Formats: sequence, C-alpha cells, structure tokens
Amino acid sequence: MTERGSIIQLEGIVVDYDGFKALNNLNFIVEYNELRVVIGPNGAGKTTLLDVICGKTKPASGRVFFGERVNLIGKREDEIVSLGIGRKFQAPSIYGNLTVWENLDLSLKRSSKGVFPTLIGKSTAAEREAIAQNLETISLKDYAHTRAGSLSHGQKQWLEIGMVILQDPSLLLVDEPVAGMTDKETEQTGRLLQSLAEKHAIVVIEHDMDFVRQIARVVTVLHEGTVICEGTVEKVQADERVREIYLGRQKVAHV
Amino acid sequence: MSDGTMDTNRSGGLAFWVVGSILLVAMPLLNLLPPEDSWLHLSDFSLNRFGKFLAFAILALGLDLIWGYTGILSLGQGVFFGLGAYCMGMHMMLTIGKESVYGSDLPDFMVWNQVKELPFFWKPFYSFPAAIIGAVLVPMLFALVFGFFAFRSRIKGVYFAIITQALALAAWLVFNRNDTNLGGTNGLTDFKQVLGYRLSDASTQRGLYILTVLCLGGAYLLCRWIIRSRAGRVLIAVRDSEKRVVFSGYTPANYKLFAFVVAAALAGLAGMLYAPQVGIITPAQIGVLPSLEMVIWVAVGGRGSLAGAVLGAVSVNYGRSVLTNYFPGLWPFILGGLFVLVVLLFPDGLVGMIRKGKNLLNQPNAGERKAAVSEGKR
Repeated sequence: MTERGSIIQLEGIVVDYDGFKALNNLNFIVEYNELRVVIGPNGAGKTTLLDVICGKTKPASGRVFFGERVNLIGKREDEIVSLGIGRKFQAPSIYGNLTVWENLDLSLKRSSKGVFPTLIGKSTAAEREAIAQNLETISLKDYAHTRAGSLSHGQKQWLEIGMVILQDPSLLLVDEPVAGMTDKETEQTGRLLQSLAEKHAIVVIEHDMDFVRQIARVVTVLHEGTVICEGTVEKVQADERVREIYLGRQKVAHV
Repeated sequence: MSDGTMDTNRSGGLAFWVVGSILLVAMPLLNLLPPEDSWLHLSDFSLNRFGKFLAFAILALGLDLIWGYTGILSLGQGVFFGLGAYCMGMHMMLTIGKESVYGSDLPDFMVWNQVKELPFFWKPFYSFPAAIIGAVLVPMLFALVFGFFAFRSRIKGVYFAIITQALALAAWLVFNRNDTNLGGTNGLTDFKQVLGYRLSDASTQRGLYILTVLCLGGAYLLCRWIIRSRAGRVLIAVRDSEKRVVFSGYTPANYKLFAFVVAAALAGLAGMLYAPQVGIITPAQIGVLPSLEMVIWVAVGGRGSLAGAVLGAVSVNYGRSVLTNYFPGLWPFILGGLFVLVVLLFPDGLVGMIRKGKNLLNQPNAGERKAAVSEGKR
C-alpha cells in the first residue's frame, strides 16, 4: 500500500443470487493512479464486481471502502457517482438523439444537477473549454455537432468514455471497452486508457488478451467469484491455475 | 422518432410569427370585416370551432413534452383536461344565479338532486381568479402527487401507460356519480356568462378565441424554452438512455415529474379555455377514449416536434368535425385506422412527412441520413 492508501478496497465481498455465489469472499484493492485489468472466464463475476462498487448490486456481506475510508455499502448509485466513481458500460450507452457536444455537455460535472438549475443554467467558457479538450482526447473533434446515434460503434465507445471522464471521477470503471472494435480502434482505445491513467485510477474488464497485453501493468484473474491470481501479465500467464481455468474451458485463449 | 433539437431556429421562428399573426389577426378580421355572404367571411361558428381546436393544441403541446420528448406515454391527459374544465365550469355554474331553470342560487342539477346547500368544495369557485388559478393548479398538484409515487417506484413504459389509463377510468367513474356533486353524467352546462360578458354574444366568443390563441402562443414558447434548455436535453437523454442519465449524476424521476406536471398544467389550461367556448363539460370528455384520442393527435402530427403536436391536434379535430357530418358512426374506425396507418407508415407523423419531402427536394442523398437516424433510434 502507498502512503495515500488505496482508492478502492473490497474486503470479503459475497454476492449471493439465490444460492449461486457470483462473488465469493472477494478481496480486491486498487491503488491511486493505477490501471488495473480484470480478466476471467465468463461468469467469473467481473461485471458483478463493478456492480458492487457502483452500488447497483448490494453484497450479502463484506465491506467496500473508497479513498480515505468512505464506506460505499448502502449508498445510492447517484451518491456514489458524485463521490467520484464513473462507469462505462459494456454496450455503448449514449444519447443517440443528441449531438456529440450535447452528450458531453450533459455529462460535465456541475455543482447541481437538479431540474431548475439545469433549466436555467448556461455554459461557462471554462466548461466549453473542458468539452473541447475532451473532444481532442477521444478523437471526436470533427464530430462535435454530429448526432451521436450516427457515430460508428468504436466512436460511440469513445464518446461514452469521454462522457465519464467529464464527470471528473477519481476512479473509472470500464467494462469491455474494445468488444466489437476493429484492430485499429482497439489500439487507439488502449492509448486513450493509458493516457487517462495518468490522472485517474482505472479498472478495466477485458476478454481480448492482445489488448490486455497492450495496456496492462497489473492483472487480476477472477474465477468463480474469487481472485485466484494477481500480478504482471507475465506472472499471470505463467500461473498454473490460470492456465488450467482457461485451457480447461476454452483452448483458444493463449494465456 | 424525429428530433426536436434538430429544428432549424430561423425557419421555426419565422413560421411562429406567420402562423401566429394569421391566427391572432387574420382569422378574427375575416370573421368581423367581410359581409356575411362574402366567400371570405368566416362564420362565428367556424371561428368558435377553431378556438376549440386550438385549446386542444395546448394540451397536445404538453403531451408531446412528456411523450414525444421524454418518452413516457400518458393515457390520462383527459383527466387533467377535465379538472381544468370543471374548475372553470363550476365558476360559470355559480354565476348563472337566478337565471337558471329552477330560479335557485344553486346549480339546476343540485336542485334536481335535492341538494340543499352548496357543497364546500364549490365555494371557492365563486371567485373568478380562484377558478382560473385552480384550473391550472389543481391538475398540477394532482399530477405532482400521482407522478411522485409513480416515478419514484420506477414505473415506466407500458406499465405507466396502463396505470394512467386506469386513472382516466377512475376519474370518469367518479365524475359520473351524482354523489360527487359535479352534475353526474350530464356534467356542467347551460353557462350564461364570464365576468359579465354573455357567452351567447359573438364578441365574447371572439374574445375567447383570441385569448386561446395567446395562451397557445405562450404554451408553445414555454415548451420551446424548456426543450432548448439543458433540462430539455436531459428529457431527451432520459428517453435515449435512462441508465446513463443516472450515472451522469441526474435523478431521472425528478425530470419526468417536471415534464408530467407541466403537461398537466397545459391540459388544465386547455380545459379552462374549452369549457366557455363549447358551453358544456361532461365526464364523456375526460375518460379513457378522449385520453386515447389525445395521444393520436400527437402521433398524427409528429411526436418530438412541437409544431407537429399543434398541427396534429388541429387537423385530427378538423377531420373529425367534417367527417362526423358525413359518416357519423364511422369516426372511431377512421380514427383507429388513422392511428394504425401513422404508426406503420409515418412514425414521424405529418411533420416527418413534410421534412422528408423537403429533404428529397434539397439533397439527393437524403437516404443516407435516414439510415443514420434510424440507427440512432435503437
């Protein structure tokens, strides 16, 4: 643990779906400014892990701490968002009938998101600057006034990442960002996440092993709801149990 | 679905002033100036009938806000319309005074039902200001309470449509009862005057028409202001991806409630303007069927477009009033057929057809844009 401590810390988490333990005594710690990749076969509990952090799923037992010992258990989703945890969903979830600029504008962190302040609120120069910069980061500068619904699949994923960044989260949860992307888009997404890791802690869930090798520093392997191995890509690839899990189930993965 | 944010500002502004001045100035002048046998003359009847359509258009604007923009189908707008109309109707009943058939201070139907004393909830409606404020405020409060529980319980989609329809049925049953003291099946009618102006005078009706046009203009500007604000974009965002709205730090339930309450206020205003122009309000105008018809106005005009809502309300009602002259029994079938036709062939309604026509004229590659739009709708 660093001097500042960890940004997110899960201790002994159990999520029980009618007897099926999606997460079983899971311990998971991410440091500040870390880019962590979580892998594991289908049903290992990867998405459930994100659901627990962002308050969508309530664990049966265990503890979740954010930053300087803020307890997340029992907090509502929107409270957790405002504490500084942003989430990018697996399928792109953007506002198809608004322009790219409007999508980003709605996502900006603001002092109030209530109905009446939002009704009369006007954009400030600083906000417009932040959106313009964000458009550069996600390579959508030329699409600012395009309807988001008409973007390509990869561009939609970047837009959603951009939307999450504009909330200025200290922890970014990203669920399978490169599924369905072309090789070129995948590589670009990798660079995007790496550049974001300079300012934010990021947890990425991913299946694509080439992509994992491109971006990962530390990899966590989940299996049947618990962490079975954690370390560098090389260490994980050399691990006997990991090989067993992957090779036993699907021989295509060159882990 | 067509997209309100894509409205071009300049042409929209021009159309607003052109249509506005035709409705506000030209129509009353055509009623007033040409001699009655001239082909230019607009009869008192036609002007009055048009005023009724424009009152419906106010309601349609509100329904478009909640359904077209926010994506929440309410099948209970007739209830809010009825609350507004009854508030106004109660005031007009009380101003009949001794002119009534039985010559009593009480409304005729109360005499008939042997009610001896004016029920307490009628008393505030002696006051004209209380009646017009109530006509807007009562529907708003009702929508606030109903919407609060519905949206907080995350009732959405078809479930919300069904419970609002149940609401319309319940309201119809309650208003039909004689015990409710609102005139039962016969409703409120036989109004004589508003603020001392005789409702039978053509000049009073002309005044009510002009008032309706002004209210419609105000309602249009209010809705346009809302949808062009950031909050309006949140409404569209709720329709597109409610999950993302939550994770962007907004509370969708509050935004839905806001749109629902504004829609109820506009429905109440429409009812308030309807009652003195038509001269009667009965439970038959507020139940399940009228509420469904209101949805059809917006669907035909083009949901997600304010101009479409107005166009739909006026054209469907005009069609109704012409066609029921020729084929009185067929109207429900025509209306139902129209709805099916619009949903299957013209999902963006009249406004969508106009836009499509314009695109075809302006750019040869309109087909590509259409593909992009439908992609965005998923």
